[in-house]
Amino acid sequence: MKVSANFSALRKTKWYEYAVRFLLGGSVTVVAGLLAKYYGPVFGGLFLAFPAIFPASATLVDKHEREKKQRAGIKQTTRGRQVAGVEAAGAALGSLGLATFAYVIWKLLPVWNVAGVFIVAVAAWLCVSVSLWWLRKKHWRRPSK
Amino acid sequence: MSAFAGLGDVLKPKSFAGLFGAAPSIALATLGLTIAANGKMYAATEARSMVAGALVFFLYASLCSWLMLRRKLKAMPVTISALAIWLVCSISIWFLVLR
Repeated sequence: MKVSANFSALRKTKWYEYAVRFLLGGSVTVVAGLLAKYYGPVFGGLFLAFPAIFPASATLVDKHEREKKQRAGIKQTTRGRQVAGVEAAGAALGSLGLATFAYVIWKLLPVWNVAGVFIVAVAAWLCVSVSLWWLRKKHWRRPSK
Repeated sequence: MSAFAGLGDVLKPKSFAGLFGAAPSIALATLGLTIAANGKMYAATEARSMVAGALVFFLYASLCSWLMLRRKLKAMPVTISALAIWLVCSISIWFLVLR
């Protein structure tokens, strides 16, 4: 399946929907910092992988898909839930990329310069995430009912 | 964070866009500030725990996907209530393995 970008989707997303995600992400950044300060970096570090933005993103996807169907005159639809579920499956693969990002930071940060480690870590996240998505698309088939 | 959220909105198919739901947006912001304030070793220690947190994120997202696709539950209650499972699993790993 071909990956594409639909930039008109940006116009459908309202400013406060971005603001909610920004505020959630910012709040978790502050909370992670405070937890690290009071309970140490071992505990605080867990919250760097807290799924802060994901619930808002999945809820918005569900809402947008339902609104799209309602504009087409379909009142009862499971489309929003299904798309949110598929997006969650993608996030599961992305989380393995996130673990790789953290592993690279953990191992390389003490011995490399900061900018270099961040670039390698982001590249590792992207490579692992996209490769797992591609492998899943290529080899996984939904079992026939 | 907004850039990753925007990418997730515009990309298709949605399984690919979902990859950006687990983007390291919070980590990039927090680790940058941590290095400036406490140094590289402190940030590396945080990153070690983040590996565990990210593996629990895998369980969280897989559970959310299963509940929405197979059990036909709505996105908001599923994704919010499953955060409790992320918290319990992460704190358990911290208590049993990391600390």
